[in-house]
Amino acid sequence: MLQLRHTPFHERTSKLCQPQNWRRWAGYLVAGSYELTLDREYWAIRNAAALIDVTPLMKYIITGKDAARLLDRVVTRDIGKLKIGQVYYTGWCDDEGKMIDDGTVSRLDESTYRLTSADPNLRWLSMNAVGLEVRITEVTDNVAALSFQGPNSRLILNRVADNPVDGLKYFRLMQNKVDGIPVTISRTGYTGDLGFEIWMEAKDALPIWDVLMEAGADYGIAPVGILAMDMARVEAGLFMIEVDYTSASHAWIEPQKSSPFELGLDWTVALDKPGYFVGRRALEHEKKEGSAWKMVGLEVDWVEMEKLYAEAGLPPQIPGMAVRASLPVLVGNVQIGYASTSSWSPLLKKYIALAHLQKPYYEIGTDVRLEITVEHHRQHAPARVVKLPFYEPEWKKK
Amino acid sequence: MTSNQYDAIIIGGGHNGLVAAAYLARAGRKVVVLERRHIVGGATITEEIIPGFKFTEFSYVVSLLRPEIIRDLELPKHGLKILPLPSTVTPMENGDYLAAWDDHDLTRREIYRHSPKDAEAYDEYARVMARMAKAIKPILSIIPPDPSSLHPKDLFGLLKLGKLAYEMSEKDLYGLAKLMTQSAGDMLDEWFETDALKGTKSASGIIGTFLGPRSPGTAYVLLHHYMGEIDGAFRAWGFSKGGTGGIAEAIASSARALGAEIRVNSTVKQVIVKNGRAVGVALENGDEIYAKAVLSSADPIVTFLKLVESKHLPDDLIRSIQSFRTRGSSGKVNIALSELPQFTALPDEPALYRGAASISPSIDYIERAYDDAKYGRFAKEPYIDMIFPSMIDPDMAPPGTHVMSCFVQYAPYDIEGGWDDAKREAFGETVISTIEKYAPNIRRAIIGKQVITPKDIENIAGITGGNIFHGELLLHQLFFFRPAPQWSNFRTPLRGYYLAGSGAHPGGGIMGAPGMLAAKEVLKDGMWKA
Ligand SMILES: Cc1cc2nc3c(=O)[nH]c(=O)nc-3n(C[C@H](O)[C@H](O)[C@H](O)COP(=O)(O)OP(=O)(O)OC[C@H]3O[C@@H](n4cnc5c(N)ncnc54)[C@H](O)[C@@H]3O)c2cc1C
Repeated sequence: MLQLRHTPFHERTSKLCQPQNWRRWAGYLVAGSYELTLDREYWAIRNAAALIDVTPLMKYIITGKDAARLLDRVVTRDIGKLKIGQVYYTGWCDDEGKMIDDGTVSRLDESTYRLTSADPNLRWLSMNAVGLEVRITEVTDNVAALSFQGPNSRLILNRVADNPVDGLKYFRLMQNKVDGIPVTISRTGYTGDLGFEIWMEAKDALPIWDVLMEAGADYGIAPVGILAMDMARVEAGLFMIEVDYTSASHAWIEPQKSSPFELGLDWTVALDKPGYFVGRRALEHEKKEGSAWKMVGLEVDWVEMEKLYAEAGLPPQIPGMAVRASLPVLVGNVQIGYASTSSWSPLLKKYIALAHLQKPYYEIGTDVRLEITVEHHRQHAPARVVKLPFYEPEWKKK
Repeated sequence: MTSNQYDAIIIGGGHNGLVAAAYLARAGRKVVVLERRHIVGGATITEEIIPGFKFTEFSYVVSLLRPEIIRDLELPKHGLKILPLPSTVTPMENGDYLAAWDDHDLTRREIYRHSPKDAEAYDEYARVMARMAKAIKPILSIIPPDPSSLHPKDLFGLLKLGKLAYEMSEKDLYGLAKLMTQSAGDMLDEWFETDALKGTKSASGIIGTFLGPRSPGTAYVLLHHYMGEIDGAFRAWGFSKGGTGGIAEAIASSARALGAEIRVNSTVKQVIVKNGRAVGVALENGDEIYAKAVLSSADPIVTFLKLVESKHLPDDLIRSIQSFRTRGSSGKVNIALSELPQFTALPDEPALYRGAASISPSIDYIERAYDDAKYGRFAKEPYIDMIFPSMIDPDMAPPGTHVMSCFVQYAPYDIEGGWDDAKREAFGETVISTIEKYAPNIRRAIIGKQVITPKDIENIAGITGGNIFHGELLLHQLFFFRPAPQWSNFRTPLRGYYLAGSGAHPGGGIMGAPGMLAAKEVLKDGMWKA
């Protein structure tokens, strides 16, 4: 039988996945959720500890004398400033300054880096490596990865790691051992909470999973699928490729593409770094001229929305999960943008959305209207443009 | 400008008092909350009675807390998290069990195991109750209309509240009228045949009342609890992080951030009245504090009969308050455990311990428990609603150990001969031995416990009579009858004096609605302009 790939955790995850709602991710199968309702998994992220299989992330080891030069040329951040043991979140662009992909760059030693991405990037990296002394190896299948998120994650890791992770700062990494097995632990994640990502050889995946699940039992650990993570990442204001933006390499038409500025990634575009990088000229131009679009947060006015449902005799009917569907955003009767992911926030008790709005409507505080469907009829709920993230606990970076 | 002059004083730092303070401060008013205890929260507190073990001392679950309050006061920013409580399980006397899950299909299949007919009825019952709850829900956020324009004896007049009649089908309307007069037991008998199902459901009809499941009027209370709404959808109950004290702390933190001042260890002795107007309060310690508006979130007995001299209030109001039913009937046992109780009837399913467990095998069982209380004794075999907070929020107990919260009914406030230490001990023992029948390991797992009688509720939380809702949720004590006819709009005959606690519309439970609505009325009156 032809099959999608299983991650090295499958032996465990497949037994735990009650709803059998497997989702595809880069050619792998991963659990959508482990329980029949998402509540507990969501709250494991926000109140305890969530163990998430993120193995399908694309992973590349880039090593050699010119490794830094290659990365500096490809991504928008200043790789020259990346210290050993540090991690950068970054996007990378085509020559028109439009986003191809986004991910993290970790500096593992003097001249070795790990790049993670959502899409395959080996060809793009190789094309940019012409003339450089560098070796690029894809290690996606060889390296298993767990995202370990939530306010209790540090406590649990300390119970099982040889070296305490207390000193591990936000977006730093360390080599460590769990149960005698070497792992890399980075203080990173996709939830906007306190959290870590644990990188290990695929063959070590099961013992690491077991040790963490056992150590976390008294601290509310739960295996968590990508559906609950999706809700958390919207609250954290984090976007997803092919949902919230289209990769420039997949876009059919120009308007589908986005620049890092349009996605709110201004802070990752190091125009002050020396030399050329892909997209530089276009990005310099956009910086000067201003962006036509911007990704912002939308908060729907619940009381007004409730009224729209009440008029139809219904209580509000919002799916209890993140919805990846495009919803028009209007000012007056004119569409001025769209929401790309919307979600109920169980913590904030709000209906929130990541939206792409045209100038000048993307200013914080602008009143807009979001399309909703009430009993098969199109309605528009008042909403307000707010700053991202929607939620950031004080312990995220502490 | 002296520091003892405010726009508004709030007597009592329970969750309603804190909500009222936050809303007034949010409107730019200078407010002070005066709480008699050393901590805020009233009946929503968490205390480490045994070091390391956090007891959600009185209230333990939350569902009615108004989402608009959570949003308006930005409570999540101040630490509020309402965690899911996904199931309720009832161990049965025959060694089986009945579980209800947050998943419809799971629950249906489970009920089917006991009765295919009940499994089907369950769906319809849930729909009918949800429709009625939805129709009634707007009332929670509105102020009862002037009853003089209605005919209070006319039940349909009551149903017109919030355009109910307009929104509901005739069939539902009759259903609702019936619901308001029927007993929970009779109503459930019409729907179901499984005893454990009926017993467990009927329990929500009697919580906080001095009535049994066969007493008329309890069906409505069932609905009141059904209204429990989480996340704006009609959902069951949740557990707030840190116990219900976490709710009080979040509201207090928000109120402070908005500029409200909160003083603990400040017992109000009397409301100061000048020229027929409340102008401030005198504290037990002799201090006097002045304000244009005084809001009391203490219970109606304290508010009207203790804090104000009777000469300032009309006789009919005093008589109404004197007959306001505040008979406490519930107690609590909070337990620190070295291990979870193992219910012999339950399958080995840890998920069940993240929900509630209920000793309510049948309606008759609960009615018998009520019989004991009717004659001045605590129930020999009580109804017990248990949760295991450490399974939901691991921070509640040291790793590897647990806390358990047991809500118990019935324990009458007016117990024969009065409550004393021996009776409290005996009451606690009865609760433990009742649980022991279903979970034999409980006794050896106990590290320590706290037993709370209705008298303790009165002494600790300051609620007269120990009634958990500041007065029973009976039809004749709700809507425009709460706390007394003509005075359901948070105002009192004493100008500048307001009721802002659970004794006001729409009633008790962790809801925040009385506090919010009272604050809005105070703002409307604009006392400080005068
Ligand atoms: C045992 C028990 C279990 C319960 N379980 C639940 C539950 O699980 N879920 C739920 O929703 N509800 C539950 N309830 C009901 C709910 O807790 C109450 O209805 C609600 O907390 C009352 O809030 P409040 O602010 O109106 O009054 P309170 O919380 O009673 O606050 C009044 C405050 O006023 C103070 N006070 C009184 N007199 C004075 C004075 N003279 N001067 C200064 N301060 C004064 C008191 O100390 C107190 O802090 C329970 C109640 C009890 C007692």
